Amino acid sequence: MTEPLGIYIHIPFCVRKCRYCDFLSFSSSEERMEAYTIALCRELRAAAEEYAGQADTVFIGGGTPSVLPFALFRRILETLYEVFPVAPDAEVTAEMNPGALWTDQELASLFGESETASGRRPLLSRVSLGMQSAHNRELARLGRIHDLETFEESLRRLRRAGAENVNLDLMFGIPGQTEESWEETLRTAISFAPEHISAYSLIVEEGTLFFEEKEKGTLVLPDEDAERTMAHRAVHVLAEAGYGQYEISNFAKKGCESRHNIRYWKRRPYYGAGLGAASFLSHTRWSNTSDYPEYIKIWTDPDLTDRERLSLCRRDPVTLSAQEEMEEFLFLGLRMTEGVSASAFAEQFGKTVEEEYGDVLEKYAGTGLLARRGDRIFLTPEGLDVSNVILSDFLHE
Amino acid sequence: MAQDNIRNFCIIAHIDHGKSTLADRIIEMTGLLTEREMRAQVLDNMELEQERGITIKAQTVRTIYKADDGREYVLNLIDTPGHVDFNYEVSRSLAACDGAVLVVDATQGVEAQTLGNVYLALDHDLEIIPVINKIDLPSADPDGVAEQIEDIIGIEAQEAPRISAKTGENVRAVLEEIVKKLPAPQGDEAAPLKALIFDALYDSYRGVIVFCRVFDGTFTKGTKVKMMATGAAFEVTEVGTFGPGQFIPCEKLEAGMVGYMTASIKDLKDTRVGDTITEANRPCAEALPGYKKVLPMVYCGIYPADSARYPDLRDALEKLQLNDASLLFEPETSQALGFGFRCGFLGLLHLDVITERLQREFDLDLVTTAPSVIYKVYKTDGTMIELTNPSNLPDPSEIEYMEEPMVKAEIMVTTEYIGPIMELCQSRRGVYESTDYVEKTRAVLRYTMPLNEIIYDFFDALKSRSRGYASFDYELCGYQRSDLVRLDILVNKENVDALSFIVFADNAYARGSRMCEKLKEEIPRQLFDIPIQAAVGGRIIARETVRQLRKDVLAKCYGGDITRKRKLLEKQKEGKKKMRQIGSVEVPQKAFLNVLKLGDD
Repeated sequence: MTEPLGIYIHIPFCVRKCRYCDFLSFSSSEERMEAYTIALCRELRAAAEEYAGQADTVFIGGGTPSVLPFALFRRILETLYEVFPVAPDAEVTAEMNPGALWTDQELASLFGESETASGRRPLLSRVSLGMQSAHNRELARLGRIHDLETFEESLRRLRRAGAENVNLDLMFGIPGQTEESWEETLRTAISFAPEHISAYSLIVEEGTLFFEEKEKGTLVLPDEDAERTMAHRAVHVLAEAGYGQYEISNFAKKGCESRHNIRYWKRRPYYGAGLGAASFLSHTRWSNTSDYPEYIKIWTDPDLTDRERLSLCRRDPVTLSAQEEMEEFLFLGLRMTEGVSASAFAEQFGKTVEEEYGDVLEKYAGTGLLARRGDRIFLTPEGLDVSNVILSDFLHE
Repeated sequence: MAQDNIRNFCIIAHIDHGKSTLADRIIEMTGLLTEREMRAQVLDNMELEQERGITIKAQTVRTIYKADDGREYVLNLIDTPGHVDFNYEVSRSLAACDGAVLVVDATQGVEAQTLGNVYLALDHDLEIIPVINKIDLPSADPDGVAEQIEDIIGIEAQEAPRISAKTGENVRAVLEEIVKKLPAPQGDEAAPLKALIFDALYDSYRGVIVFCRVFDGTFTKGTKVKMMATGAAFEVTEVGTFGPGQFIPCEKLEAGMVGYMTASIKDLKDTRVGDTITEANRPCAEALPGYKKVLPMVYCGIYPADSARYPDLRDALEKLQLNDASLLFEPETSQALGFGFRCGFLGLLHLDVITERLQREFDLDLVTTAPSVIYKVYKTDGTMIELTNPSNLPDPSEIEYMEEPMVKAEIMVTTEYIGPIMELCQSRRGVYESTDYVEKTRAVLRYTMPLNEIIYDFFDALKSRSRGYASFDYELCGYQRSDLVRLDILVNKENVDALSFIVFADNAYARGSRMCEKLKEEIPRQLFDIPIQAAVGGRIIARETVRQLRKDVLAKCYGGDITRKRKLLEKQKEGKKKMRQIGSVEVPQKAFLNVLKLGDD
């Protein structure tokens, strides 16, 4: 039996670009969104044909999937269920943003039971909502379109519509934030009793509005010590409230960890559909084209076969060498607090982690950054803070 | 060609007084070939040379000048390096000449190097023609400068051609002076061959190309020659003269001529600048005077950034040594830097030139250690060692005393800057000797100073304190006993041998503190606090701390785009490669050089 698949579906539309965002997203007209939906559904169909297999996690991200007209969003879900067998207990998540949400009735139709090719079931099992901060001043500085009141209203409506598994995205290390305001954001988030919380440390990426501000010198961020205090505070406050940290930026109530997210770190296969989406199947990684007109053209050109379209869409495919797989095993696996299993490494690669990475393990032995307990090798909380330094050591020369 | 029609000369000048511009102008205004040579179709040959992409270095060039007397003269313009570091090279080039054109800037007047060069030329009995340049500039004062030349240098200058090398104005007068006033060579064509090597370069097709001035005798293709100092013998494969930018083969080189020879010479060390070429079978009685194995004054360690390129570095140094007999190197190892070479240079500029060429022409990434002069260490057991690498300093208990090399420095400066310059010299342990006013507003300050005080950044400091107006020249004047200590730098408690240097004891604290501060800026934060300490004889005299890195984490997962994440980690890994491991600390290679540039504050 083949391993179940993950499906990622990218919706590259937003009301407007947030100041920190470097994801593939832009504002657009309804006509363009429809053209995109048509192309995307064709891709899903072609991909299902090419990569047959049951999907057990689905993540619809962006951008902001909830800026799509509801009919288009619904069409994408229906296509998904039609072309892919979706496991009965699959985790199907969509990202939504406060201030860009469908009607109560529409929402209810997503979380209530629907007839699908994979049986009668809710179309979505999980929703991820971009809260970011509990302070309107901070939200405005980030360039978000919502305020706290809008967020509360959005969450209330989602719960009422039947969303039982909710993630809230939060950000720290953002302009104007203090340790106190961050703790308030955390406590406010906890008070809404979400099942899952993602707490992201702001990274100023090239190509963002924040990056331009940084170059100009107008971006004032909390200093490194304050930022780390915020990170540690999050771990502490969330743990007290029953949210365990299972990955650098992810916290969940027991049993509510995101299975789609874990898939990335455990190197399980996934297909990414849509503009610029990344895939990992049979030891090969690639991304779809990030060129919007090209993407539309490929999937609407009547002279192409589906197989040709898949191939034309694909950018930079890399089939991983055994060495690269080992590297990924560690630099992805170690992002999770449980770390990696030494026996799983040996089983997968036919040599022990000590044989392959004796020098790196030795380098960090006794530093309190990388620890070993029984079969598990993991980063300590101190190690997670500086994980890039350590993880890059697992790359071969 | 009769020797009567040959003039072998060089141009001497203070830096920026217009030496190169005048040379360019002379080349433009004269011909490349004699009328007879034109008919001999040498041009075909030249094109071949050009196709091979051979270019001769610098400005040593043969031109043909048809003078006012109607005769064609061969002018051999021999280039001289323009810096005090290269005094030996300059002296060998001067030895190949019969006369010199002295260029003085009509706006600047006589400068420190003008004097230094004139004295060198006089040492070689060269006839000197003064030329006053840059008369096109509004601030030009040719009459004043002519007077200066007479007063300070003591040569007749009222008749000196007043020219603008830039516009070409009156440059022909210089050519006429060269023909009329400079002596023709007077060699004996029938005598045994006697030729001076004044330069050489390596060509991958033909081996070493030797630049020489023939004093006596004749040689052609097939002549068996011998280098008198090195003893190496060869059969000549080609002789020729220098066109601008190319080699022009000819039939023979005779007494009085300047040209080149090749002889399939592979070993660069066989052709030393200053050596005498003679016939193997009929050697001349004695070699030309003045040859010496030049002695470097400044040493430093040069290491390849990538240790796998050690053999490339060795080959590159060997190639550079061909053109530069003054460059010395021998293998050494450093705990911090691995395998490399201890290299000897004539001075800091020479060091800069060589490291620059190694990086540019040979594509090498280098790490260099602190430059050091040669100290004499007198030990308690009665022996003396010449110390070129601070790491080799014996234990203080075995040292009776130490001596350091001293220089006599001449600084020419306008009177308004005398104060700041004297302060600078004093702070560099200079001992005041005298002040001579060369005119009302300008003086020559004379100091005796330790060489080690001028090899780091003295020249820059001088320029910045005089707004660029001070000029500087120096010569070695022996050794002097001094209170010297070795300053060690410890990174995370590990001694970094590559950063050790010898310093005057009273300056150790200030120097050590600044090194620590600078290193703190240069070493990126790592996973633990890194103490940086300066120590003398095991005693810590200064300390800084590079604070532990607290955050380096990628929060996002980029929608499963692992390739992007990998690229980030690879970039990080790449950064680590540019680091040197010192114990458990990663130190960027540029740090080794940058900490030495302490500035003047």
